[in-house]
Amino acid sequence: MIYLELFWSFFQIGLFSFGGGYAAMPLIRHQVVELHPWLTMTQFSDIITISQMTPGPIAVNSATFVGIRIAGLPGAISATLGCIAPACVIATFLAFIYYRYRSLSTIQGILGSLRPAVVALIGGAGLSLLISSFWPSGISLSETDWIAVLIFLLSFIVLRWKKPNPIIVMAGAGAAAVILYPLLGHFIA
Amino acid sequence: MNNHPGTAPKKHPPKQLWKLFTSTFTLSAFTFGGGYVIIPLMRKKFVEQLHWLEEEEMLDLTAIAQATPGALAVNAAILIGYRVAGIIGALVTVLGTVLPPLLILSVISVFYDFFRNSYLVNLVLKGMAAGVIAVIFDVVVNMGSDVLRKKELLPILVMAAAFLASVVFSVNVVAIIVASGLIGGLYSVYKSRKDGKGMQS
Repeated sequence: MIYLELFWSFFQIGLFSFGGGYAAMPLIRHQVVELHPWLTMTQFSDIITISQMTPGPIAVNSATFVGIRIAGLPGAISATLGCIAPACVIATFLAFIYYRYRSLSTIQGILGSLRPAVVALIGGAGLSLLISSFWPSGISLSETDWIAVLIFLLSFIVLRWKKPNPIIVMAGAGAAAVILYPLLGHFIA
Repeated sequence: MNNHPGTAPKKHPPKQLWKLFTSTFTLSAFTFGGGYVIIPLMRKKFVEQLHWLEEEEMLDLTAIAQATPGALAVNAAILIGYRVAGIIGALVTVLGTVLPPLLILSVISVFYDFFRNSYLVNLVLKGMAAGVIAVIFDVVVNMGSDVLRKKELLPILVMAAAFLASVVFSVNVVAIIVASGLIGGLYSVYKSRKDGKGMQS
């Protein structure tokens, strides 16, 4: 049953994404692009982009987006429920422990060690997004989307140098694409 | 222990639950980008304005939210709801936090196919995708250099191994997370045993 399948997939995403922010990204890609044919890599890239421009966590946004596309509003609700169910149980349990013993050091000690692995996994997922953006039709030098490369490099430099709000960088990147593709598309592509 | 929300029978007037719901709903609807942005806003609302939490408690709840898997905003909302009004409070705050993205993304996904075929939207998304990849790599560089700066061997090895396992050998993401959690857990047990013995002798 598709609702259960959505619930279970996003349950696993919710259960194993430690570290907030982009930590869910590699898990979402695994579940909805690799394991199930729910999204293409382009659609996955779109949902990460849309998540940055809209309120709400990436996992909840993806759950709604995937759920509604696969099985309508009930699908969106079951995917979202799956995604938050582990947190509901675990957070309440940890809060119970906390108010009872007021000690967090062991929990933090163990979970702190997950951080380096999560960084690596986010990097890996970022790399697959980069490949699908630079080489939308297969990896070869002649097929490279040089405008995407240029926009990526400029955005990265601005982020490292000026540390602006990411939303501003993304808006700028979108605007740059609207100007650069019609202008340079003939020369480069 | 007296203020443990699960055991102390407290009255939760509908007014308080409604306030919990509207507070988390507004916070969630107007926090863009997710993640850590929402924590200072929650602190302002629940510590400074409503006085439902103490400063110290908010810090501890943030730490628990970070230790819990899943989205930070959702976790923090669950904990605050649980603290203020027990399990019912947690359900109310989860609903308040999840509803805005659920509604917004439902609308977007309905219009997605319609917009996706437009030439202009296609270009904007292409550019923004390149931008968001830059944002992701910026985050990775920041988090990665935090790991490197501590100059501890194990985290650096775990980071390198996890990257190779995922990118080169396409190992299942969950397997990588469970394995590195186990390695970290076992190591911290080993270390605390060793330190304990050192103190006794």
